[in-house]
Amino acid sequence: MPINAPPPSVRVVTLRIDGLDLSAREDETIIEVCRENKIPIPSLCWMDGLSVVGACRLCMVEVTGQNRLLAACATRVAEGMEVTTDSEKLRRYRRTLVELLFAERNHVCSVCVSNGHCELQWLAEACGVDHVRMPYRNAGYGVDSSHEMFRVDHNRCVLCTRCVRVCDEIEGAHTWDLMGRGSDCQVITDLARPWGESDTCTSCGKCVQVCPTGALVKQGTSVGEMVKDQHFLPILARRRSAR
Amino acid sequence: MTAQAQAATATQASTQPAAGKVKVATIWLDGCSGCHMSFLDMDERLVELAEKIEIVFSPFVDAKTLPSQVDVGIIEGSISNEEDEHKARLFRDRCKLLVSLGDCAVNGNVPAMRNPFKLETVYERAYLENVNVNQQIPTDGVPALLKTVRPVHGVVDVDVFIPGCPPSADTIHTILSDLIEGRTPEPIKVTRFGA
Ligand code: SF4
Ligand code: SF4
Repeated sequence: MPINAPPPSVRVVTLRIDGLDLSAREDETIIEVCRENKIPIPSLCWMDGLSVVGACRLCMVEVTGQNRLLAACATRVAEGMEVTTDSEKLRRYRRTLVELLFAERNHVCSVCVSNGHCELQWLAEACGVDHVRMPYRNAGYGVDSSHEMFRVDHNRCVLCTRCVRVCDEIEGAHTWDLMGRGSDCQVITDLARPWGESDTCTSCGKCVQVCPTGALVKQGTSVGEMVKDQHFLPILARRRSAR
Repeated sequence: MTAQAQAATATQASTQPAAGKVKVATIWLDGCSGCHMSFLDMDERLVELAEKIEIVFSPFVDAKTLPSQVDVGIIEGSISNEEDEHKARLFRDRCKLLVSLGDCAVNGNVPAMRNPFKLETVYERAYLENVNVNQQIPTDGVPALLKTVRPVHGVVDVDVFIPGCPPSADTIHTILSDLIEGRTPEPIKVTRFGA
């Protein structure tokens, strides 16, 4: 039996995405179906293998009959659904969202250890961001280099919470969490103590690998040297759910 | 009018200069001159470019004043002091089409990394703390620093943005050629922040 064959209890639905007739399991989300069918939708917080938070709003799509946009990562497919993943309006919103991320903290790509390997950079390219139209906030955030292997630079964090989720859901350590609201919001280790003093961190490095930007990196990396490897995630996640 | 439409209109205007050659001016504000070096990196393509453009004002040439009418103005560097701001306004006034070249001009880049700090702290760090001899904060004959470093479009309208630190010679060649030939350039297809 092919691995992806639906269990007998799960129904298959048919839907249309960007004019393509597709079939999918009824328990799948729009973004999963799009990824399987190579329909590009930008996303940042979503990751195959982690729970869904729908925080970044970059994967918003239009669904016929709905008078609002829906996050493709947090919306299950349904029979007869008609989805548009690309329109003038969606492009405008996505571009604005990416620009706001750049304006909020200090992403100086030219001197970033993740330069050239950063998902935020790729999103800027994909969404046509050649400059940021809003004024930069210019607020400074901290850098914690206390961990012997890793470093967190909050200036480059986009609050996707991938680190929080991978540490909790895959590693089972739950070292990361969120603290504060609005522009004060930031990721913390062990009730806001230095990462290097964490009792819970196993130093597995999963959070560093899934972080989309140069916010979580390995110590000792210089400009452009931090290349991340995320292949482990869907494999571990599938093994875990098969248990 | 969108920036692109503006660019397109301005481009059309720039491609019909009375004297045949497209008049280009470039200026180096708060940057490292890397973008100008990248321009020179076009190597032998500069010869072919020289037949289509005339550089009327630039660190590359001797001219001391910006002519009153220029087709394409190219700015490297961010707006960090009063003089930068004045020069950017002058370029906007006199250039039909204004180009931000490189990350410093496009997003502030490294010069803007001082923004989260207070200006006094920046002065102290640069001229007192890290200096052994003759510690003093310069005030005579130098323009005052602005409180925050801004990208060029934080001060004047910009028509074309070419991110990159620095943008490669190929990128500059592609976009300059587009402008000269009257096409609307698409910089994000050939470069990005930090490229
Ligand atoms: S290194 Fe592993 S255990 Fe430590 S914070 Fe990151 S994911 Fe959690
Ligand atoms: S540190 Fe990285 S993974 Fe964690 S929330 Fe910030 S950007 Fe996301």
